[in-house]
Amino acid sequence: MIIFTLYNGEVGDVVIGRIIEVGQKRWKVDTRSKLDSILMLSSVNLPGGELRRRSEEDEKMMRNYLKEGDLISAEVQSVFSDGALSLHTRSLKYGKLAQGTIIQVSPSLIKRRKTHFHTLPCGATIILGNNGSVWISATMNEETEQTGGYEQDLEPVSKGDREVIARLRNCVIALSEHQMMLYDTSVLYSYEESLRFNVKDILKPEIMTEIIENTQPRLESLGT
Amino acid sequence: MAGLNLLSDQGFRIDGRKPNELRRIQCKLGVFKQADGSAYIEQGNTKVLATVYGPHEIRGSRAKLLLDRVLVNCQYSMATFSTGERKRRPRGDRKSQEMTMHLKQTFDAAIMTNLYPRSQIDIFVEVLQSDGGNYCASVNAATLALIDAGIPMKDFVCACSASFVNDNPIADINYLEESSGGPELIVATLPKSDQIVFLEQNSRLHEDNLSKVIDLAVKSCKDVYTVLDRTVRDHVSEVSNSHGWDH
Repeated sequence: MIIFTLYNGEVGDVVIGRIIEVGQKRWKVDTRSKLDSILMLSSVNLPGGELRRRSEEDEKMMRNYLKEGDLISAEVQSVFSDGALSLHTRSLKYGKLAQGTIIQVSPSLIKRRKTHFHTLPCGATIILGNNGSVWISATMNEETEQTGGYEQDLEPVSKGDREVIARLRNCVIALSEHQMMLYDTSVLYSYEESLRFNVKDILKPEIMTEIIENTQPRLESLGT
Repeated sequence: MAGLNLLSDQGFRIDGRKPNELRRIQCKLGVFKQADGSAYIEQGNTKVLATVYGPHEIRGSRAKLLLDRVLVNCQYSMATFSTGERKRRPRGDRKSQEMTMHLKQTFDAAIMTNLYPRSQIDIFVEVLQSDGGNYCASVNAATLALIDAGIPMKDFVCACSASFVNDNPIADINYLEESSGGPELIVATLPKSDQIVFLEQNSRLHEDNLSKVIDLAVKSCKDVYTVLDRTVRDHVSEVSNSHGWDH
């Protein structure tokens, strides 16, 4: 059971959301907060550089950039008076998410850090959204990462990568089941502790507990 | 039912309770993971499950949107197997529609609706077994589910029914007592401030006796409150202990 389930946005938060509506010059995004968030056409990076003017063409092309059901990572630009969030993706690290897996945990479990994008040494990238959405995908090479995600890489993901992603997912679930804060170190340590087990076995309660019990002292010895 | 003796000469009711005695209440918070809040309550043989979602963006028609407060959306339904006679109850039937309305009114009054403008809170109530006092059990279950979801309320809402038999008010009536044709008074209160948020009466009751019955119902609501309050406290300390939080 989770005491605070709802996400209360703050300026600067990294969130992961799903496009639910394409409107006039704006997208509506479900970020699991009280009200739907808004992503303005003027606050996204369109393919073709930052300094591009937004023409009427762009307005008509909105659905080509982001359509209903797409997942995006974004930053909170401002909070409206009624608590609704205004998002922006004006940095190349934000944008559309292509292939990976999403996990929903309680927003209170995401530790606030300087960065929420982590490229883990095990070969996966993890985005810990402040709204409790965690995105895990295979690490891409530099060039594709810098397009803001408008060119989606839909090449099949190798089996090894998929296994790493699945293992990380199960570790994140294990951490959240035991109400442990999620940040790069805790995810990485639990990943390392889980290597002794099969990926699917991590979800068994007794193995979950064992992994967490091994992870906890390592985190405490760090003084965090 | 006329032959039934609802209150024996020794002062006991059909199920062996004293006139002012409640049925046993057992409840549990957080029965579902995926809902924002959920609760299960048993009041005697009446068993009710409640789930709460929200506050979230208005789903369905935007016309229902309220600019200054949250929209409370309720849905009351009874399982096919909930009564003695197996019966399919489509959600649109009059009885559950009325119950839905009553629940909506009750929780509109109790939730701090002005905190979440332009959004919506869903309360789903399902009666699994019905033995009288469906409304009361539904209200009590929904209160617990709302607390589980962390939605700010003015107070607990506790509901209890009462009746009047042989010059004696009786509390928390079961199905037999309910269907015997006597008066039935249903009260929902905010127990701390002694405010009545909902009052319904079925069949006739003499004016002179009304205050006696209301008093007993309100007192019973307070008894219900004691039980609910203890459940919530136990639940919270259990959760915080299992997560090792200091308190």
